[in-house]
This record gives sequence, structure tokens and C-alpha cells, in this order.
Amino acid sequence: MAQAFFGGVHPNDMKAATNEKAIEQLAAPAQVVIPMSMHIGAPCKPLVAVGDKVTIGQKIGEPGGFVSAPIHASVSGTVKAVEPRPFSMGGTMMSVVIENDFQNTVCEDIHPVEDPDSITPEQLVEIVKNAGIVGQGGATFPTHVKISSSLGKVDYVIINAAECEPYITGDHRTCLERPEMVVKGATLLAKCFGVDKVYIGIEANKQNAADTLNKTIEELKAPVVVEVLHTRYPQGAEKQLAQAVSGRQVPSGKLPADAGCCIFNLNTTVAIYRAVYEGMPVVNKIVTVSGSGVIDPKNIECPIGTPISCLFDACGGLKDETYKLIMGGPMMGLAQYSVDVSVGKGTGAMLAFAGEEEKYVAEPQCIRCGKCVGVCPIRLEPVFMYKYLMKGNWEAFRDQLHGMDCIECGACTYTCPARLPLTHAFRLGKQQVNNARMAAKAKADAEAKAAAEKKEA
Amino acid sequence: MTDYKNLKLIASSSPHIRSNEDTRSIMLDVIIAMIPALCMSVYVFGFQALILTVIAVVSCLFWEWGYRKVMKKNCSIGDLSAVVTGMLLALSCPVSLPWWMMVIGSFFAIVVVKQLYGGIGCNFLNPALAARAALMACYASAMTQWVVPNKWMPIFGSVADVETAATPMAIMKEGAFDQLPTIADMFLGKIGGSMGEVSALMLLAGGIYLMLRKVISWHTPVAFIGTVAVISLISAPAGISAVDYMAYSVFGGGLMMGAIFMATDYATSPVTKPGQIIFGIGCGLLTVFIRRFGSYPEGVCFSILVMNCTTWLIDKYVRPTIYGAPKKEKKAKEAAAK
Repeated sequence: MAQAFFGGVHPNDMKAATNEKAIEQLAAPAQVVIPMSMHIGAPCKPLVAVGDKVTIGQKIGEPGGFVSAPIHASVSGTVKAVEPRPFSMGGTMMSVVIENDFQNTVCEDIHPVEDPDSITPEQLVEIVKNAGIVGQGGATFPTHVKISSSLGKVDYVIINAAECEPYITGDHRTCLERPEMVVKGATLLAKCFGVDKVYIGIEANKQNAADTLNKTIEELKAPVVVEVLHTRYPQGAEKQLAQAVSGRQVPSGKLPADAGCCIFNLNTTVAIYRAVYEGMPVVNKIVTVSGSGVIDPKNIECPIGTPISCLFDACGGLKDETYKLIMGGPMMGLAQYSVDVSVGKGTGAMLAFAGEEEKYVAEPQCIRCGKCVGVCPIRLEPVFMYKYLMKGNWEAFRDQLHGMDCIECGACTYTCPARLPLTHAFRLGKQQVNNARMAAKAKADAEAKAAAEKKEA
Repeated sequence: MTDYKNLKLIASSSPHIRSNEDTRSIMLDVIIAMIPALCMSVYVFGFQALILTVIAVVSCLFWEWGYRKVMKKNCSIGDLSAVVTGMLLALSCPVSLPWWMMVIGSFFAIVVVKQLYGGIGCNFLNPALAARAALMACYASAMTQWVVPNKWMPIFGSVADVETAATPMAIMKEGAFDQLPTIADMFLGKIGGSMGEVSALMLLAGGIYLMLRKVISWHTPVAFIGTVAVISLISAPAGISAVDYMAYSVFGGGLMMGAIFMATDYATSPVTKPGQIIFGIGCGLLTVFIRRFGSYPEGVCFSILVMNCTTWLIDKYVRPTIYGAPKKEKKAKEAAAK
């Protein structure tokens, strides 16, 4: 078993509901709503207008900047609307609504790379860029930017199959059902970075997946090693996985590449395989639909842009007592207020809660037990960070307590016996720090400008 | 199909799941851990021990409820912390203490030490120990009368009804080592002393339970008891073997009780593990010094109270090194380069 990271918690993994259910194809939805932002960075500009015919894999969103990724049609049909729609990250987002013609016409531009074994790193970056691949674990950082900024700096290439969030089993099923795609995708990355081996980090609760991968690696003689890791949240967080596999720590405020590590989500790896061997951009996503509010939990593969109500319908619907819908895992996912939002590139799970998960306390009071300090994977002191922020002292939060290093994994909040809203407070605190930085920068800029004008005059 | 429009959805910030452990369950574990010691005190001192404990618990609950009511704050007795305080206070007093003193002690613990500072988690002194110290100051003679073990105290009887004797700590203080009870008696609890502190065995059982339940960590108790043991071993006076002296020092007085139940109090001890070790060592050193050089035969209570006052200092200077922090040599090099 590989080395460990600091802290961590052991939530009940709740994976038994879906980890033995094969990935099902969703019956094609009548309509998909594809938001123009499914990545960190500038949103895309829509390339299609109402009434246009589109085909699967056709580019419908042009990247809005360097840190951005194109967006493709996930079904064939007619564009019904290009308008702002409810968005999973809150508010609304310009979206392309496509009515499905159920013909499944594939775009003519889609064709596999002729000789996948001889592509150069530059070619791979270009393919990944055109396929609109982003970090599909949820962070949705454009993968081509990650590869091109890490090339030459990295000696540890790690595939993240930890899947440490409870409930989610999409990666587990992918390893069991499509091990070839995983291993071949990893092989492409090994060649691209010029490393002897690529590590696949997987938690010990998915031993059968690790065995399946090992078998495939042996058959293909691939330069890939499966690292079985402790089952502990947040094992799949980038910094923690880097520490567990390589033993190195990512310097504070830096990227994993600065510690010689480059980490790709398992789904991202499969997407790279698809882009190279099938020529297909990111148009589908495997989503685990689970939680106490779902009548028949499943792993579902669906087109990007599928409204989440279609996912729940495919799982027998929701219980009437459902009080929370979460896009993503229960530790870091985003609660949704509407079922009109749609599946994006980073959506790994849709959960519905109808039980006692929330455990809300009206007037929580810290008992200073220090359990949050023990579980923090960054070794911060949430107890004091919270107290300073409650007094409005974000300077101490930033400087003495290193609050900006918080990865918002939620381990402290999960473990807190007083049920304080710790992670929520830290998000607000980081926002305050960022606002203050922006304000200071704006002030400095204005002063510099005024000084320059004075000089000219 | 489901009518999605009628769902009443909450859109709060992640994480959306919480562990089952809460303040109440932790306090319940501490209560369970104290039950063996309470049983032993009933066995040694009679049912008066149980009655006094109930009086302390009920009056602690009453003061907590009353204060929150008067101050128009939410009622907090459901978290069971007042029950823990009441039990700890009762177990650290002699069985012959008049019941009304116990009620006054409870008032001091709950209202003065805990609630005036803001309630659970905000007090800087351990409420039970502070109340014990206050009772020592107010009713010194009542707090230092020790009933002979295995002579049951009559219910609501006075000290005049029973034989009293010196505790092992007082005997050691005088240097009359030949009058000490056997080490086995000390370990099992057949000695004079406060209600809960007599049986090291029962306290250890409670401590192990708390550690297994992850309510406390081993750091503070081991550092505390270890420090006392090591110093006693190397500084044993003439007339007694070093190992015996160490055993008497460790099993005698309130050391076990203090190390396991008092020094591990969340609100009044450091939050980091290295901080807890420093805290434990500090408690141990002060305990030995007070026992050897102070005018009291026993020093656990005061040593913990003094260390409680240093908790903020330890927390301020003993901070964990964060993930990805620049290494020290590198920092020094950078400083040199500048």
C-alpha cells in the first residue's frame, strides 16, 4: 500500500448501491441543453443559431480564451434556442438547446487518428484541445493547458481513479468495463510526457478494479502501474494524491507540476483515448445517480446537456421527501435548486437526499475538540480559522493561519461534532481576501494612472 | 413520474453529509467512561457517594438551565456537558462533603466558570476543577477529611459518624513510608481519597474506553502520567525503593483522574497533538513540584488549572507545519541570498 497523506476522514462510502450495476446507456433525451461554460475559464461563444441542423460531435461553442475548451453537440437535431438557461454553478448561462432528431448522425469531421502510436506531444495537445477535454473529476480545468504547461517538468504522471467521494461509482465501473480504454489512454500520456510508467491511483475499496486493470496492463504490456491507496477521503484531491503516490508535497500556492507531478482524472484519460482512437470529442458522460432520495440508483452514460430530470426519471424518479439535489459528490458537490440544469463535462454524480444526511444545527457552538485540526489534509487549524473569520479578521485568516491554502474538501466540516459550517465560512473568507486583493490592485492601478497623467501634464 | 416542481429543496454549501458523532454523543461517552469509577466509589464509600453524585449532576443541570433561561439564551442542557461537569466535580470531592457545599460548587462550575465566559467551549478553566479549587479555598477542612475505605458512610451522615484517615499522598508527604497501604490496594482503590480518584484500575478502564471511542487521544494522559512517573523514579527519597515510590506517585492522589478526565477537557487544552504533549508534560512537572515542595500533599488539581491558563499560549506557538510549506533550509538560503 502506498504512502499516505495527512489527516482525512472515513465517511461511509455508500458505494454498495451502485458499484455492481453496469453502466447503462440512457435512452436518448428529446432535448439537450448545453451550457457554454463547462470548464474553468472564459465561456465559449455559440457558433450555431436557432434553426441550424447539428450532428453529434459538431463544434457548437468556440473557446473564449486561452484557458477554455470548445464545446460539441452531443445529439443530432435542430437548434431550438440559444439563450440563457439555469446553470449548475448558480444563476444562468448562455446555452444551446438542441431538439433530438433521434437519427444519431455523426459529424463528418469525426475520424480517428491514423497512427496513434506515433503522435507527438504537440499533436496530442492539439487533439485534446479540439476534443474539448477538461478535467472531468469536477474541477474542469482544460486538459490541453495542463499538458502543455507541464510538458518537460514532470516525472510523475498519475491517473486519478481514487474516487474518494462517497456514493460515486462511475470510475469504478469504467475500470471494470472499459479497462482497455483506461490503459491505452494512460499509455498515450506516458509517451507524451516521456515517462517510463504512468501510475493509476486507486483506493483499496476497489480491489476488483485494480485487478482488472492489472490484467489488461499485462495483456497490453503497457507502461502503467496500479497503486492501491488507503481508502480515505480526500485521497482523490490533487495535492493529496500527489503526496500519496510520489511522496512529494506541492508547494503552497503552486501547481502539482511544480512538484513534478501531473494528475489526470480517469474520465479525462478515457476522453483522451476516445479523441485519439475514435476521433470523438467529449459528448458523453458517465453519471452515478444515487442517494437516499433515488428509487433505483444506477450508473448512467448520457449525452452532455441531458437535463438532470431525465436522469432521475431513468432511475425510477425521486421520493417525495427529497430535500436536496447534489451535482457531484456529497463532500464537494453543488446543491441544485432546480431539476432544469443539465449534465456538464464535470458531472460525475447526481445525488438526491431524502434521509438524515444533513444533520443541521440551528445554533452550533464550537467545543474546541480539535478534531478538525486532526483531519485537515493541509494541516490547517479550522477551529481558529473559523473563530477569526467570525470576528471578521480575514487578515489573520490569510497570514497566520494560511487560510488561502484550504482546498475546501469539507473533511473538517464532516467531522465537526458541533456541526459548525466551517467550509462555508472558509469559502466566504477566501472571497473576502480575494476581494480585498482586487480592491488593492484597482487602487494601485488608479494611482499609477493618475501619476502617469500628472507626469504627462 | 415524480413531480419535480413540488420538491422543497435546500441549496446549502458542501459538504452535504456529517459524521454521526456530535457533542451529545461525545459527552455520553465521557459519562459512560466515568461509570466504573463511580461504581468503585459506591463499593468503597457506600451509597452516599452515589447520592452526592446525583446531587451534583442535578444541580449542575439546574444552574445551566436557569442561567440560559434568565439570559434568554437557547437551552443547552441537551448536550449533556453539565452532566459531565457534575459527575467530575462529585468524583473529585470527598464522600463526607455536606450536600449543600456540592450545590455551591456546582454553581461555581457552571455559572461562574462556564456560562459567564459564553458556555460550552468558551471557558478557559476546567469547570469541575475550578469549582473544586474554590471549595478547597472556602471549606478547607470539609474538603480534606478522608473517610477510611470500606467503612460505608451513612447516608447524609456527618464526618463525626465515621473514622477518617490520612490519604497515601499525605503519608508520603510526611515521609512515613511504612504506613502506606499496599500498591495492590492503591491500584484497586481500597484507599482514602476523593470519591472517584481512589481506583486507578477503574479510571484506566474508562480512559481506554475513551481512547477506543476516539473521544480523547493518548497524548495528554501519557505525557502527564509519564512525566510524573519518570521524575518520581529518578528523585525517590531515602527510605523507599524508587519503583515503589513511582507506583505510589502514579496510583495515588488524583493523577489518573486528572490525566484521563480533566487534562483532556477539550475547551481547556491545546488542539494540536504536539501541544497536548507539552500540556501534559507541564501538568506532570507542576504536579510533582506541588507534591514535593508545596504545602498541599496533592497537586494535580492546581497543576491542571495553571496549565489551562497557558493553553492559548501553546496554541499560538505550537502550530502544525502546513502541507507544501517551504522547507526551513530553503527559507534560510533565500534569506541568505537576500
